Amino acid sequence: MTRVPLLSVENLTVQFRGDSGWVTAIEDVSFEIGAGENLGIVGESGSGKSVSALSILRLHGRANTRYASGAIRFGGRDLLSMSERELRKVRGGDIAMIFQDPMSSLNPVLTIAEQIIEPLQLHQGLSSAAARRRAIELLEMVRIADAGRRIDEYPHRLSGGMRQRVMIAIAIACQPKLLIADEPTTALDVTIQGQILELLRDLQREIGMSVVLITHDLGVIAEFAQRVLVMYAGRVIEQAPVAALFNRPMHPYTDGLIDAVPKLDGDLHRLTTIPGSIPDLATVIPGCRFNPRCREAMDVCRRNAPALLPVGPDHLSRCPPRAAARGAA
Amino acid sequence: MTEAPIVTVRDLVKTFPVRGRPGEPKRTLRAVDRVGFDVLRGETLGLVGESGSGKSTTGRMLVGLISATSGTVELFGHHIAGGAEKGALNKVRSRLQFVFQDPQNSLNPRMRVGDAIAEPLDVAGGLSRQARNDRVQELLELVGLPRSCGDRFPHEFSGGQRQRIGIARALALRPDFIVCDEPVSSLDVSMQAQIVNLLLDLQEQLGLSYLFIAHDLAVVRNISTRVAVMYAGGIVEMAPKRDLYAAPKHPYTQALLAAVPRPVPGRARAPSVAGELPSLIDPPKGCAFHPRCPFAFDRCRIEKPRLNPVEGGHAVACHLHEAGGSGTSAL
Ligand SMILES: Nc1ncnc2c1ncn2[C@@H]1O[C@H](COP(=O)(O)OP(=O)(O)OP(=O)(O)O)[C@@H](O)[C@H]1O
Ligand SMILES: Nc1ncnc2c1ncn2[C@@H]1O[C@H](COP(=O)(O)OP(=O)(O)OP(=O)(O)O)[C@@H](O)[C@H]1O
Ligand code: SF4
Ligand code: SF4
Ligand SMILES: [Mg+2]
Ligand SMILES: [Mg+2]
Repeated sequence: MTRVPLLSVENLTVQFRGDSGWVTAIEDVSFEIGAGENLGIVGESGSGKSVSALSILRLHGRANTRYASGAIRFGGRDLLSMSERELRKVRGGDIAMIFQDPMSSLNPVLTIAEQIIEPLQLHQGLSSAAARRRAIELLEMVRIADAGRRIDEYPHRLSGGMRQRVMIAIAIACQPKLLIADEPTTALDVTIQGQILELLRDLQREIGMSVVLITHDLGVIAEFAQRVLVMYAGRVIEQAPVAALFNRPMHPYTDGLIDAVPKLDGDLHRLTTIPGSIPDLATVIPGCRFNPRCREAMDVCRRNAPALLPVGPDHLSRCPPRAAARGAA
Repeated sequence: MTEAPIVTVRDLVKTFPVRGRPGEPKRTLRAVDRVGFDVLRGETLGLVGESGSGKSTTGRMLVGLISATSGTVELFGHHIAGGAEKGALNKVRSRLQFVFQDPQNSLNPRMRVGDAIAEPLDVAGGLSRQARNDRVQELLELVGLPRSCGDRFPHEFSGGQRQRIGIARALALRPDFIVCDEPVSSLDVSMQAQIVNLLLDLQEQLGLSYLFIAHDLAVVRNISTRVAVMYAGGIVEMAPKRDLYAAPKHPYTQALLAAVPRPVPGRARAPSVAGELPSLIDPPKGCAFHPRCPFAFDRCRIEKPRLNPVEGGHAVACHLHEAGGSGTSAL
């Protein structure tokens, strides 16, 4: 494909310093995202979603993190080899990020105004009056009613949904080309969740940004993403356009995630589960890392580590037995 | 059904005093407003509503963690709130347990998990060292953890495993009734499913009853016998599970159901219900849902609807569903 991606992550491996040496949190992760595209990253807790996202802006603590291999290309440059000073201009500028818990990223002793105006002055050199006008405009863009008054409130006076809107307003203040949203709706009620996703979609159209949305909930993925990356134990195990992922999942772990979503129809008693749990980083699992939990595991799965292989148009999977059974590629 | 309920709640109210801004007078926040329900032996009542709707406050009053402002709570035939009977709570305390949302914060990080599970046994006393340790191992096995893991510390476990430890601890004194306050809300979907299945198995084996709190109707669907939907401190709809999901009557229940994300690509969620939960200090007049309700009419802005039985154990608090109401299955 000749599409020029906005961002491409290439063979990224990230390690953290542990009690007994370096442990690998994500390994050989590659993906790209086009301009205006929505990419979803999904996986169980601990699968490496946040580590991948935080690595894009090198937000891990410097002393204990090693970007052991790979490159992260954005606008023709490698973010991994950029100086800290150059990277600061990218953060909150062309690439912005929002997190699950807006309270921990908003400063409780500053008003909303103070927190939005600062990045506007820093990145766009606006005067304080102009920055305030723009800040109110941004709060209106994220549908905060009575923005002119609310802007002088402190975060604790706002509901969870409103705080997340404020975080989004701060994130889009400098018209980023890419917004990375790490579980932005997980802590919110379903009704508010729907409102926030709607808002992200509208903003995306209005300012033409790309969005990386991280979640453990495939319901949210189905609704929002165009392409999906499924992660397990620090690796990408499947990547596909959203329709293909749900209609023709090519990895047993993806099946498990789809089946585990609580549904409004279907069996009224027991839920379908993936047995067991994700291994911790120090556990070495020979062969396919999913094999201890996989209902379809065969002898070969315990011997050979499977590669991520094409199984359809723009569709990759790390499960050779499934690919063979479905006659893919 | 002729069996007496093990939990009976009537007209339960909880208000909290709140300080206004400097200079403003003191006011009250009405967190729970005339809530009533029963829980039968072996059944699960699902309690669902948005953040701040009063679910935890209700659950906490049920097990005596906080006192009620007014109304009555009767557990196993003893009045623990509203009744004059002093010490009634002590008579039933061992039969009640509470499981918290956040397994991270409800376990002491410096206590071995075996000791955390045994703590209620140690407080109750009367067990030999051997019997206590045997019981811990039995409990670990019951919740699907290795019998040998009691020596480890909470940080050595995943979120889902820590929730299993919280459940084991709750089971230590062989309770009959457990309030589970959002036990799966902080877990990912696959751990949620495992914990719901575990609670279902335990219920079957031990004959437990649950009040199961969640903020999402999809999450309580499998575990509940009946479901109550709370809004702004009050129950707006209560029904046997099948009726609630097949024929929700209250416009808020309908909105909550429409808001559940589904794993079907390309299916846009129904337009979300606008707005947020109203102020509990200065609630809207009439029906608390009227500022967000697509069907609100004049009467809704004046008169508060009461929870009225409509049919077969199904009750709704909405002016559209009183005798002679026209119904709103159109949403
Ligand atoms: N700074 C760090 N130091 C050491 N280990 C870390 C660090 N950050 C993450 N990890 C580990 O890396 C693994 C992947 O974590 P990550 O936060 O990416 O998971 P996640 O998929 O985002 O999960 P969740 O859904 O819980 O947010 C986990 O085992 C985690 O404990
Ligand atoms: N101790 C307290 N003092 C003052 N207000 C309180 C207190 N406890 C709860 N409240 C208020 O009572 C209301 C109901 O709170 P409650 O915790 O019961 O809601 P909830 O339905 O459990 O919400 P969530 O889903 O966020 O847990 C909220 O407005 C809350 O702020
Ligand atoms: S490679 Fe084998 S163990 Fe791994 S997911 Fe596929 S079938 Fe299961
Ligand atoms: S009483 Fe009126 S406002 Fe309240 S839910 Fe019913 S129709 Fe809507
Ligand atoms: Mg994460
Ligand atoms: Mg609560």
